[in-house]
Amino acid sequence: MRKRIFSLAAVLTAALSFALPAHAQEKKTLTVYTYESFVAEWGPGPKVKAAFEKTCDCTVNFVAVADGVALLTRLKLEGAGTKADIALGLDTNLVKEAIDTGLFDKSGVDTAKLTVPGGYQDDIFVPYDYGHFAVVYDTQTLKNPPKSLKELVEGDPSQKIVIQDPRTSTPGLGLLLWVKSVYGDKAPEAWAQLKKRVLTVTPGWSEAYGMFTKGEVPMVLSYTTSPAYHMVEDKSDRYQAAAFSEGHYIQIEVAGLLKNTPNRELAQKFLSFMVTPAFQDEIATTNWMMPVTATDKPLPDAFDKLVKPSKTFLMDPAQVANNRRAWIDEWLAAMSLN
Amino acid sequence: MLTKAERQRGYAGGGVVFAGITLFIALAVIALLFFDSGDTGRPLFDAYVWRILRFTLLQAGLSTLLSVALALPLALALARQPKFPGRIWIIRLMAVPMGLPVLIGALGLIGIWGRTGVLNSGLAMIGVSDPVSIYGLSGILIAHVFFNLPLACRLLLAGLERLPPEYWRLSASLGLPSFSVFRFVEWPAVKPLLAGIAGLVFMLCATSFTLVLVLGGGPAATTLEVAIYQSLRFDFDPARAISLSLLQIAVTASVLALMALLPTPGDDNAATGRSARRFDGGSSAARFWDGIFIVLAVLFLCLPLVSILVAGVKADFARLLTTPVFWKAVWTSVWIALMAAMISLAAAITIINARAALADSRKPGLTARSFSALLASLSSLVLLVPPVVIGTGWFLLLRPYGEVSRFAPLLVVMINAMTALPFVMRVLSPAFAIHRQRTARQATNLGVFGFTRLRLIDLPVLKTPLATALSFAMALSLGDLGAVALFGSEDLVTLPWLVYSRLGSYRTADADGFALILALLCLGLTIAGTAGQRDRKDERG
Repeated sequence: MRKRIFSLAAVLTAALSFALPAHAQEKKTLTVYTYESFVAEWGPGPKVKAAFEKTCDCTVNFVAVADGVALLTRLKLEGAGTKADIALGLDTNLVKEAIDTGLFDKSGVDTAKLTVPGGYQDDIFVPYDYGHFAVVYDTQTLKNPPKSLKELVEGDPSQKIVIQDPRTSTPGLGLLLWVKSVYGDKAPEAWAQLKKRVLTVTPGWSEAYGMFTKGEVPMVLSYTTSPAYHMVEDKSDRYQAAAFSEGHYIQIEVAGLLKNTPNRELAQKFLSFMVTPAFQDEIATTNWMMPVTATDKPLPDAFDKLVKPSKTFLMDPAQVANNRRAWIDEWLAAMSLN
Repeated sequence: MLTKAERQRGYAGGGVVFAGITLFIALAVIALLFFDSGDTGRPLFDAYVWRILRFTLLQAGLSTLLSVALALPLALALARQPKFPGRIWIIRLMAVPMGLPVLIGALGLIGIWGRTGVLNSGLAMIGVSDPVSIYGLSGILIAHVFFNLPLACRLLLAGLERLPPEYWRLSASLGLPSFSVFRFVEWPAVKPLLAGIAGLVFMLCATSFTLVLVLGGGPAATTLEVAIYQSLRFDFDPARAISLSLLQIAVTASVLALMALLPTPGDDNAATGRSARRFDGGSSAARFWDGIFIVLAVLFLCLPLVSILVAGVKADFARLLTTPVFWKAVWTSVWIALMAAMISLAAAITIINARAALADSRKPGLTARSFSALLASLSSLVLLVPPVVIGTGWFLLLRPYGEVSRFAPLLVVMINAMTALPFVMRVLSPAFAIHRQRTARQATNLGVFGFTRLRLIDLPVLKTPLATALSFAMALSLGDLGAVALFGSEDLVTLPWLVYSRLGSYRTADADGFALILALLCLGLTIAGTAGQRDRKDERG
C-alpha cells in the first residue's frame, strides 16, 4: 500500500512539475518527432544529437513513436498545435498524405546535389537515407535464390517466403508497389501465383524477420542493406539479399519542417545538417540504410558487397495515395483465393 | 442478509465503478468521433467486412470450443490427482503464456510446430519428407489453445478446489463410479463457470490480431481487430475504427448472450451441500489415464515454453542485465502491472459487492436486476474495446492539458486495469459468492461486521483467490505492449517494449533474452500467487 501511495505521489509530482512554466529560455530546444529505432541506444539519434548540439547551442529533444506511420498519425492528431519542429522518418509513400495535412512547409534545403536513386525531388521533404526492398535469403538453406521477381513468383512453391501485410506495414506496401511496377495490370495473376510460396503474411517487419532468423523460412522480404547488419555486427555472411534483374523498389526516408514551428531558423539548420557528413556518416551503420550524400568516413567493406540494384522503381507519391486502397483490395482478392 | 448500510455502500460503489468505466470508454469514443479526419467515405458493411466478420466468429468459436473442451478434462485430472509429481509447477507454468508478448509465444509455437520445428524435424527423421504445415486455421487454433487452455484450466481448477473437503470424504464411503462423481460433484461445480470462461476465451480469440496474421498463412485469415488497427493506425479513419469496434462489440456480445442462455448459471447450485465421493483418483486405471492426459497437456504447453527458454539462454545476459534501460524497464513494468492489478481488483470487488447488495434486497425490482446484469456484462465486455481506440481517444482529450507523454503511464495503467477486469471477475466472483453463502448467516448471527468480519472471516478464505487474481492481472499487464507505442514517452520503457524494439532492429538474440526474463518474472508472480494454494492443500491432506 505504501508503495502504491509513493507511486501516486510520483505521478502527481511529475504532473505538477510539468504544469509549472518552463524555466527561462537560455537555450533553445528543437523538438524532433521520429520513430523508436532512430533514438534507440544503437540508433543514429544519440550521435547526431550530440553532433548537432555542438554547433547550435541548443538542445535536441527527440519524441519517438513506433514507426513512420504512427508518426504521421501523431501529427494528424495534434494538428496545427503540434509541439514538433521537425518530423523525421516519414517515407515517400506517406509524403502525399503528409503534404495534404497542410502542416508542413518548404524545407529551404537544396536537395539537388543529393544522390538518391529514382530521382526523388521535393521542396518540402528532405531525403536523408534510402534502402531498396529485397528478398533476403538464408545461404545455408537456399542454394539457388531467385534472380528476378519473375523467378520468385514462378519458383518452387516448397521454397517459402514470409512477407508483410500491406494493410499494416510499409515493407508490405513496398512489395505491393514493386509487384505492381513490374507486372502492371497482371499483378493479381502474379500474386495468385506467388501466394503458393508465401508461408504467411505478418503484420510487420519484426515478425517476418524474426521467423526468418529463427530458420522457419529461407526467404523474407527486407532490404538490400539487411545483410550489412549481419556482416558488420554478427560477422556472418549467412544472410544475403537476392539481386532481381527487373530492378528493386526503393524506400526513401524523409524529414520535414512543421509550418507552425517557432524555431524555424534552427529547424532549417537541422534539416541542412541532415545532409552533411556529420549526420550521413552515422546513418549506414546505425540505421542500416544508405546515405544520400558522400560521407567523410568510408562505409564498412560490407556495404561494398551489397546488392546494387540495376534499376530503381519509385512511384509518384500521389499515384500511390490515389491507388493504394484499390491495389490493396486487388491484393486481398488474389491472396485470399483458394 | 446484509445490513442496510452495507447494501447502500454496495449500490453506491457499483454506481461509481459503472460510471467510471463507462466514462473512460465513452469519452475516448466521443473525442475520436468529433475529430475531423477529412476524407473517409468507405462503406462499413462491404463484402470485405462481412468476410472477416465471418472468419473472426468461426476461428473464435472453434478456438473456444477446443480450449474449453480440453481444459475441462485436464482440470478434472489435475483435481483428481493432487499428488501428481510437479503438479504445483504445472499449475504455475500455466500462468506463463498469459504474460508472454504474443509474438514471442508465436515464435515459441513455430519452434515446435513450424516448418522447421521440432515436430517436422522428428517426422523428417522417420522418413516423412513433406513437412506438416500449420499455417492456416489449424495454426490459429493451436496458438489459441496454447494461450487459452491454461487460462480456462486454472479457472476450472479453482472451481473444483472450492468444493469443501467433506464432499470427497463423504463420497469415499458411498462408492460411486467415476461417472457419478462427475455427474453429482464435479459437473455441478464447473457447470456454472463454463459459460463465463467460454465467454472470456471467446472474446480473447475474437480480438486476436498478431497470432491470426502470423499463423493464418495469408489475408484470408483476418479478424476485425486487424481492420480496426488498420483503420486507426494505418489509414487514420477514426469513424471507421469506431464503427468496426461497435460491430465487434455488438456481434460478440450477441454470441456471448447466446452462450449464456445455454447452461443457465445458477450461482447457488455450487454449494447446496450435496455430497459425493473422491476415491476414484486413487485407482490405478484412473491414475494411468489422468497421468497420460496431464503429460500430453504439459508437453503441449511446455514445449513452446522450452523453445523460448532454449532461445533465451543463448542471450548475452551479462550485457542485457547491465543495460541501464533494462532495470528502468523492469521497474516500470512491475509498478504499472501492480497499479493496474490493484485497481482492477478494487473495481472487481466493488462490482461483486454491488451485485451481492442488489441480489440481497428483499425483492429485487426490474431496475435492480437490470443494473446487476449491466454491471456483469460491462465487466466482461470491456475486453472487446480495442486499447488503440481508448488510447487514441484519450490522447485527443488530454492534449490540451499538456504533454500527453506525462499522462501516458496513468493511461496505460487504466487501460491495463480495464483489460484485466474480466479475468479478475472470473477468479473472484465465484469465490466470493460461495464464501458469502457459507458464512453470511454465521457472521450475521455472531454479529461480526465490517473490518472484523474481513479479518476473521473473509481474508483467511479469500486470500487465495485474491492472490490468484492479483497474479493473473499482473501477468496480463506485464506482457502487454499496450498503448505505449502511440504516446512515445521515454519514461514508459517496459519489458515488452524492450522485446519488440530489439526484434525491430535485427537484435533477435537480445529480444529472446528479454522475453525469457519476462517469462521468469511472470512465473515468479504466479509462485507468489499460488503459495497459498499449497498451504491449503496441506491442511486438507
